[in-house]
Amino acid sequence: MYHYYLTIVLAPLAAAIIAGLAGKKIGRAGAHWVTIIGVGISCALSLLVLKNMFWGGAEAENISVYTWAVTDGLRMEVGFLVDRLTALMMCVVTFVSLMVHIYTIGYMHEDPGYQRFFSYISLFTFSMLMLVMSNNFLQLFFGWEAVGLVSYLLIGFWFKKETAIFANLKAFLVNRVGDFGFILGIAGVVMFTGSLDYATVFASADAVAGQTLEVLPGTPWNAMTVICILLFIGAMGKSAQAPLHVWLPDSMEGPTPISALIHAATMVTAGIFMVARMSPLFELSTAALGFVIIIGSVTAFFMGLLGIVQNDIKRVVAYSTLSQLGYMTVALGASAYSAAIFHLMTHAFFKALLFLAAGSVIIAMHHEQDIRKMGGIRKYMPITYWTSLVGSLALIGFPGSSGFFSKDLLIEAVKESHWHHGATAGDQLTYWIAYLSVLLGVFVTALYSFRMFFLVFHGKERMDAETKSHLHETPAVVTVPLILLAIPSAVIGWFTVGPVLFGDYFGDAIQVQSAHDVLAHMGEAWHGSLGLLMHAWQTPVFWLAASGVWVAWFLYLKRPDIPATIKGKVLPLYNLLDRKYYFDDLYIKGFAAGGRNLGKFLWQKGDELIIDGILVNGTAKAVGRLAGVMRQIQTGYLYTYAFAMIIGLTMLLGWLIWLR
Amino acid sequence: MIGLNHYLTVSAMLFVLSIVGIIINRKNLILLLMCIELMLLAVNTNFIAFSRFLGDETGQVFVFFILTVAAAEAAIGLAILVVLFRNRRSIAVQELNTLKG
Repeated sequence: MYHYYLTIVLAPLAAAIIAGLAGKKIGRAGAHWVTIIGVGISCALSLLVLKNMFWGGAEAENISVYTWAVTDGLRMEVGFLVDRLTALMMCVVTFVSLMVHIYTIGYMHEDPGYQRFFSYISLFTFSMLMLVMSNNFLQLFFGWEAVGLVSYLLIGFWFKKETAIFANLKAFLVNRVGDFGFILGIAGVVMFTGSLDYATVFASADAVAGQTLEVLPGTPWNAMTVICILLFIGAMGKSAQAPLHVWLPDSMEGPTPISALIHAATMVTAGIFMVARMSPLFELSTAALGFVIIIGSVTAFFMGLLGIVQNDIKRVVAYSTLSQLGYMTVALGASAYSAAIFHLMTHAFFKALLFLAAGSVIIAMHHEQDIRKMGGIRKYMPITYWTSLVGSLALIGFPGSSGFFSKDLLIEAVKESHWHHGATAGDQLTYWIAYLSVLLGVFVTALYSFRMFFLVFHGKERMDAETKSHLHETPAVVTVPLILLAIPSAVIGWFTVGPVLFGDYFGDAIQVQSAHDVLAHMGEAWHGSLGLLMHAWQTPVFWLAASGVWVAWFLYLKRPDIPATIKGKVLPLYNLLDRKYYFDDLYIKGFAAGGRNLGKFLWQKGDELIIDGILVNGTAKAVGRLAGVMRQIQTGYLYTYAFAMIIGLTMLLGWLIWLR
Repeated sequence: MIGLNHYLTVSAMLFVLSIVGIIINRKNLILLLMCIELMLLAVNTNFIAFSRFLGDETGQVFVFFILTVAAAEAAIGLAILVVLFRNRRSIAVQELNTLKG
């Protein structure tokens, strides 16, 4: 299998290099063919690996490929750990990536940076595979930063657009904050275990949990809690959890295919994957799990609310991504790692679908993204309409869709998690708040999803006549990926939910302490997918989603005059949502402006005044002044010099005669 | 009886006179050269006085050397003076301050 793994990783890299460096030579068609073949090979082999794991009973493999450096016993290696968690991620990444590659042919066909774009997304696939297949923290960090870099390059893909440059810089800087925590967490791991290798670290995790670390003098903290929270801060940056979420909505400045691939389906889930991968560590720290669940529930509910007021078709989907990432994080915090990964997988399919459908609408609308200027597109774009409907239904968890299984069980797991042995009253409160926020989030999700859906596809046609006359279904390269993504969005939950959540699919890849194991607890009452479906209408989740859809229908189709009235009534609340809880203002006017002012102060006072002014120029000026005084002695007249010589001679003689 | 002290006194007076001449003379460069010659003569007087007093002829030999060098120096000095005059149309000490800082 060794050669398979190498091929899976290196095929997209080779394609990226060819398309990037020889893009002019191979031409536009050459660039898309080489990258699609590269990613296609990866995808096929990944599916083969998954098949071997799932049906062939293949064991997890931990292979060291290359030792980069050994210093003081610390081995820095490149290696692959391919277990069931990795295999699942590999398939999700390569499959969505393949769909996006095909879709890009249609979306970018007029763009002058065609080859560059293909090179970047192929490079992204390579980076993401390095991240998920890593068997050590160093390579994880490499992949982590590499996907961040590609994300930066792609958000700013249209580098002549002012807002895109701002957005990519913002994404990069906000991610640096998270990465700072992440690298400190890795440093903590190395400090306590002396190794970067997952297997070694997990084996010595128990020993670390007993130790303490004084971050501030005099306050010993549990070492595992510190490490886990620091690692999770990294995940907050990458997976856009509040308060480090601000970059994700802005990243929509990039082309739509990468919004689908990077900022919805794969890269942003790297944080979720990482926490699931580190489950043996997180399980040992209740405090860190509490932190995770609080951050997750805040993100899940409050970011969803923002989706209701957005008017940009991509931003609505972006806020829904934030909210869904919050759901996954809540599941992680509740120790339901499998549920988080399961939701990650289904979300990857339906969110990529929704984004690509949004992109399809954008193509048809000639790059108009404002949903207030759409409406009634249904009859012009039937394929986009139906696939979008599948995606939206999956997103709100309509019974039977993939989102239904993942979300319903995720919420159930959060509800059950208060059952933890030894949970204090405070912990139980945390879990109830988390449960409440994910439950209310369902209503919000349904509301904003179908608000967008109705505004775009139903109702009055609000676009101008010019656009309307050109409105037609997008070409096959766009619609085929939509259909191919709609299929798993609709049905993948049916046959994967049992084994993934309750059938011990992950085996040793995810370790949960028996006291926390909510999924095992729920598994006792598990009666198969059909049983769950039969009981769907009994759960509050179903009714909340249904009421969300109904409210959206009522407000935006039946009585489109009401939203404006509501907006007028609760203007302060609307402003709060419209300004995204003032996070951007806080960061841009607070931290960014503060940083710039500090820099300006240090530049003007520290550098220009003290170093340049006083130390460098000051020394020169002092010497100049002294010389100015001294030159008065130099009259230039012979007799002055003669006089000085005689005085000197006399003094020398006097000293020789009388003082010696 | 005229003794060593008298010679030394005369020589010292000559030396001081020449120094004063160098310092207070602001007008003529030739005077400076003359003062330098006078200074050398004062030194020569010392040499001869001590030579006689100590009964050692070496001092008188030195005087010859000094006189020779003084003659050469005077020749060079006057030559420089001529060139200087050609260039600047003046040999007034007061105006020679190109060394000024």
